[in-house]
Amino acid sequence: MTGTYLGMPAFPVAAATSTRNTQLRANLRHATHTIRAKRAKAVAELADWGELRAAGAAIKDRTLRHLDHYLEQLESAVTAAGGQVHWAADADEANRIVTELVRATGEREVVKVKSMATQEIGLNDALAEAGIRAYETDLAELIVQLGDDLPSHILVPAIHRNRTEIRDIFTDQMARWGRPAPEGLTDAPADLAEAARLHLREKFLNAKVGISGANFMVAETGTLVVVESEGNGRMCLTLPETLISVVGIEKVVPTWQDLEVFLQLLPRSSTAERMNPYTSTWTGTTDGDGPRAFHLVLLDNGRTDTLADTVGRQALRCIRCSACLNVCPVYERAGGHAYGSAYPGPIGAILTPQLRGTQSELDASLPYASSLCGACYEVCPVAIDIPEILVHLRERVVEGGPVSVRGTRTVIKPAKGHAAERAAMRAARWAFDHPGVLRAGQRLAARTRRFHPSRLPGPGRAWTDTRELPEVPAESFRDWWRRTRGDEGETSGTKGRKTT
Amino acid sequence: MSSRDLVLARVRRALADVPRTERPSEAPVDRGYLRAHGDRTTAQTVDLLAENLADYRAIVHRTDPKGLPGLMARLLDGRGATSVVLPPGLPAEWLSAVDAQRVERIADTEELTPHDLDAVSSVVTGCAVAVAETGTVVLDAGPDQGRRRITLVPDHHICVIRVPEQVVDSVPQALERLAPGRPLTWISGPSATSDIELDRVEGVHGPRTLEVVLVES
Repeated sequence: MTGTYLGMPAFPVAAATSTRNTQLRANLRHATHTIRAKRAKAVAELADWGELRAAGAAIKDRTLRHLDHYLEQLESAVTAAGGQVHWAADADEANRIVTELVRATGEREVVKVKSMATQEIGLNDALAEAGIRAYETDLAELIVQLGDDLPSHILVPAIHRNRTEIRDIFTDQMARWGRPAPEGLTDAPADLAEAARLHLREKFLNAKVGISGANFMVAETGTLVVVESEGNGRMCLTLPETLISVVGIEKVVPTWQDLEVFLQLLPRSSTAERMNPYTSTWTGTTDGDGPRAFHLVLLDNGRTDTLADTVGRQALRCIRCSACLNVCPVYERAGGHAYGSAYPGPIGAILTPQLRGTQSELDASLPYASSLCGACYEVCPVAIDIPEILVHLRERVVEGGPVSVRGTRTVIKPAKGHAAERAAMRAARWAFDHPGVLRAGQRLAARTRRFHPSRLPGPGRAWTDTRELPEVPAESFRDWWRRTRGDEGETSGTKGRKTT
Repeated sequence: MSSRDLVLARVRRALADVPRTERPSEAPVDRGYLRAHGDRTTAQTVDLLAENLADYRAIVHRTDPKGLPGLMARLLDGRGATSVVLPPGLPAEWLSAVDAQRVERIADTEELTPHDLDAVSSVVTGCAVAVAETGTVVLDAGPDQGRRRITLVPDHHICVIRVPEQVVDSVPQALERLAPGRPLTWISGPSATSDIELDRVEGVHGPRTLEVVLVES
C-alpha cells in the first residue's frame, strides 16, 4: 500500500468532503445497517451477555493494572515454547525489527494477515523501502491494496466500496500484482471471492514468510490467537517457514480460561456470528507442523502513554470488533477515511489522540467527531465508556494539562483555535459565581431578545454553522419564580419556609 | 537501556496509581456468566450441533460406526475425488469401503508440500471436540487430525465427530477440554467472508466444502 494517513486534514474538513460523496454514503449506510440488526440478534441469543461483557471488561482491567507482570510472564512462556520475543518502543523500531527479520530469511516477498498493528505502524511502506513486497491476503485488505486506497473500517477495510467498484478494481489491477482476474468477472460476491481465491493461491503456496497480528496473547501459556473468516489467516500462520507477529502490548490476557469470555464476545460483536469460520491458536513452534521460526514483536507505540491516563486507559480494553463503528451516526455519514488513522469511528476518536497525542490539528479534532449519543458504549463488548473519554479528551484539547509523551510525564499547552471557547467558559464560570451579574445579564438578554441574531458573528460563527442559537425567554426562571412565588420561594428548597 | 526495559519501565510509570502491594489476582473478575446456555439432554445437544453446523453451511451427515465406511465412500465418490490425504492415526476402517484404485490415499508426511496438497481432492479427519452452541469443530493436530495444513489446502474436508462423547455445549466447556500447548484450529463452517458489503459469502481460501459426519456410538 502506498497510501498514507500523514498530512490529512482535520476531521471536520475531511468530513465536509466525504459527507457529500453520495456513493460512499449509500455504501456505508447499506453495510452498517446490514450488520446492526444481525449483531443485535447474535447478542440476544446469549442470556448472559451482560455478565460476559462485565467479565471481559474486568479481565482487561486486571491485565492493564498489572501489564508489566503479564508481559514478562508472556515473554517467558513464548520463549519456553520456542518463540523469540522482540520489544518495540515505537513504530520505527517495530518496522526495523520486522525488516531485519525478513532480510535474514533472504526473502523479498511476504504474505500478510490483516493486522491493525501493522497498519498503524505503516509496515508495508517500510518493507517496500527495503525492497520487500508485502501481499495483503484478507479480501478487504486486498481490495484496498489493489485500489491503492486506505482502509476505512477495522473489520472490513474496504467497506466504502460496493461490489461493482470491487469488480472494477479486480479487473483493472490484479494483473499488476500477480494472477489476473478471470475473464468476464461479474460483481456477484461469490465470484469476487473466487477471484481473490485464485489470485492469492500461488502466493500462499510459495510463501516463506508470513506476517500477522493477533487478537489475544495468553500470558500463562504463551499462546497467540487469530480470529478470522476466510482462511487467509490459516494460510499465513501455517504454510510459511517463518512467522512474524506484531502485536500491541495491550492484547495480552492472563489465562487460557479468559479466552472463554472473549471467544464469545468477539465474533458476535464483529461479524454477528455465533463463531467466526476459523480461529487459530499456536504456542511457540510445533515440530513438523507450521513455521519453524516464530517471532513475536511486542509494540508500545503510544500504548503506555494511553495507560498513564487513568480515564483514557480503558480504551486499551478494545478487542477491535468494530461494533462501535457500525452503530455510529457520525461514522456512517463521514466514513472511515475522515478519521485519518488506522482506527476510524468512535474507538479511533479516543484511541488515536491518545496513541499519537493531541498536538496535530487532525488529532485534536477527533474527540469532537461525535454527537455523544452513546450508542458506541451500548454495543461495546468490553464496556469502554467512549463518551466519557471523548469528553475527557475534549477537556485536554481545550485546557491542556499533564500527559505522558513517550513515557515521560509532561504538561501540554491548550490546543490552538479554542481561545474563544476557553474565554466563554471562563466568563460563564465567573457569571455563575456572581448571582447579581447573572441576573443582570439575563434581564438584559431578555429585554433585547428581539434584536438577537440567529447566527453568531466573529469567531462564534463556526458554532452556529450547524446549530441554532437558543431563543432567550422573555423572563428568566429565577425572575418567574420570584414573581409568582414571591420571597417565600427563595430558600424553600434548602431551608424550608421562612418564619418571619 | 534495552527496548524491553524501556517499555516495561514506561508501563510501571504509567501505573503509578496502582498500589504496589496489589497482586494481579486481587483485581476483581466476576465470572457470573453461564457455563452453558440452556438445559438440554445429550441428544438435544447433538441436534443443536447439527443444526448450527448446517446454519453456517456445513453439510451434516449422521450415521453409526457400521454405516461410516459406506458413507465415506459415497461422499468421496459424490465429489468425484481422485485423491484423499489422511492423518497418520485415522482409523483404517473409516475408509475401508473406498476403492483404493479410484481414490489415491496420501499420507500426511513432512515431505508433502503445499503444492502437493493443492493437487489433492479431499481430506478426512477426526476432531478433538465439537461445540454445539456455536456449531464449531476444533482440531488439535492429534493423530486422527494431522498437521494443520492438510485441512486447509484441499478444497473438501470431511470431519468425523464421535457423538455424544466429543460434543460439548459451549465455548467455556470446549476450552476446558483442550490443551493450550497444541496448535488448535476452530472451524465453524466452510471458509467465508463478510468483506463485501458486510454480508456473509461462503468460499474463500480454506476448504469450500465442509462435510461433518456425526457418528453415534
